[in-house]
Amino acid sequence: MKRQSRFIVSVLAFGYAFLYIPLVLVVVYSFNDSRIATVWGGFSTRWYGELLRNEQILDAAFLSLRIALTSATIATIFGTMAGIALARFRRFKGRTLFSGMITSPMVMPEVITGLSLLLLFVSLQQLTGWPAQRGFGTITIAHTTFAMAYVAIIVQSRLMSMDESLEEAAMDLGGHPLRVMFDITLPLIAPAMVAGWLLAFTLSLDDLVIASFVSGPGSNTLPMYIFSKVKLGVSPDINALATLIILFVSSGVLLSWLVARRRT
Amino acid sequence: MWKKALIAAPYLWLLLFFLAPFAIVLKISLAEPVFGQPPYSQAMSLDNFAFLFSDKLYAVTYLRSVFMAACATLLCLALGFPMAYGIARSSRATRSLLLMLIILPFWISFLLRVYAWMGLMNNYGTINSLLLWAGIIDQPIQLMYTDFAVFVGLVYSYLPFMILPLYASLERMDLDLVEAAQDLGASRSRAFWDVTWPLARPGVIAGCLLVFIPAIGEYVIPYLLGGPESLLIGRVLFDEFFVNRDWPLASAVAIVLLLLLVVPIVLLQRYQARDQESTA
Repeated sequence: MKRQSRFIVSVLAFGYAFLYIPLVLVVVYSFNDSRIATVWGGFSTRWYGELLRNEQILDAAFLSLRIALTSATIATIFGTMAGIALARFRRFKGRTLFSGMITSPMVMPEVITGLSLLLLFVSLQQLTGWPAQRGFGTITIAHTTFAMAYVAIIVQSRLMSMDESLEEAAMDLGGHPLRVMFDITLPLIAPAMVAGWLLAFTLSLDDLVIASFVSGPGSNTLPMYIFSKVKLGVSPDINALATLIILFVSSGVLLSWLVARRRT
Repeated sequence: MWKKALIAAPYLWLLLFFLAPFAIVLKISLAEPVFGQPPYSQAMSLDNFAFLFSDKLYAVTYLRSVFMAACATLLCLALGFPMAYGIARSSRATRSLLLMLIILPFWISFLLRVYAWMGLMNNYGTINSLLLWAGIIDQPIQLMYTDFAVFVGLVYSYLPFMILPLYASLERMDLDLVEAAQDLGASRSRAFWDVTWPLARPGVIAGCLLVFIPAIGEYVIPYLLGGPESLLIGRVLFDEFFVNRDWPLASAVAIVLLLLLVVPIVLLQRYQARDQESTA
């Protein structure tokens, strides 16, 4: 192993500082007693108390969690099916279109996805009467659509890196294809499905733009609430909320990293 | 039979909720705005597109969006390449830690990460306070609501998208090749440009496209960090739709943006398909 050049080490240091200093500062300021969020007024945890008493935030968080749980689960089911189809069936009618529709939602600018889905819902409502109102259902469908793309890619690349001999052996021994799928393929790709579900869940909790398009009056998700507040500037209770999310996510990622490292 | 079902379910979902909406956007972009619910007519004309191309404001906004996204992409590359290189060349244990730290911000809300910069770049924010305290400036400098702030936000949010594909192609690279080039008398920069760079190119292209495409339509970053005059196309589309309630014009804006993005998206897909094949 050659030593790294000084240039590389300093760029690395700068890069990581750039990525993490803003997050550290939000955590620090969340314990700031002053209402002006960037002037230090002593240590306090009052903003956490206010956060827990703010019913609008709690309602929004609850709606976001419900949407994220539902859409991540549906996205994992459809995404896994799509991933298996792309990895194991080399040729079928419309494969190019299919793989195009899988990768495009990941890079499509959110404003386009949001606008197009809303216009679809409005047109459907005129034709069929459904969806009668926009909110939980429409946001869940929108999130499922872009999240299943991520799940499909993760499952597909896991299957591509795995050799097919296990599945083939089971088939040669007379296993029904469906049986082989449930007994061999699914257990092997289970880690990829879990990773996909978690990613889908996070993406759903994170989305602001698409939800703003497809939600109706009265259904505010957590990012929509946060956005409406931070538009007006820095706010101490959002610092507290951000800190809770940062600490929760970081400990989760760190923990799974440690577990994964111990295993290898 | 079960094979067909496996393909059909996600296929139909995507046809209905991903492809069909574009047809509707196209149809509405040809309509006229009217008062009522829904606020567009059944008429068909190219008026909206004619308006987009005749009004200078839109052309300037599209160009500005492309320019800002391209600059942000280059900045991400300039910072991300040495970082990815350093990560790929570090020892096994450090490498996994460094990679984890690149991925970690992905899991934290995008909106809150952009928000974190508001506290830093405020007139009374951390950066200005530090500079004032150190005596480097005697008046707060305007950081927020400038193009500079938008660049910072874009680079900050999209840097991991650049580093990960770069890392993937640099990690696969055989270091002996660089050493062989140097042993044969190539200078360090010659070895870099003739050996490292061509081998890293798939990662460079994938990373650049992954940053450039979503950055063009970005809404949140210019809204929160940029000034009111810093018009970018994502925000124009959003405002046309929600503020002016001109659904047909917003649809036309979306169609033109989509046409701008067709080439980069197809390029990206081709690279990803090739990448999948080479790793399989």
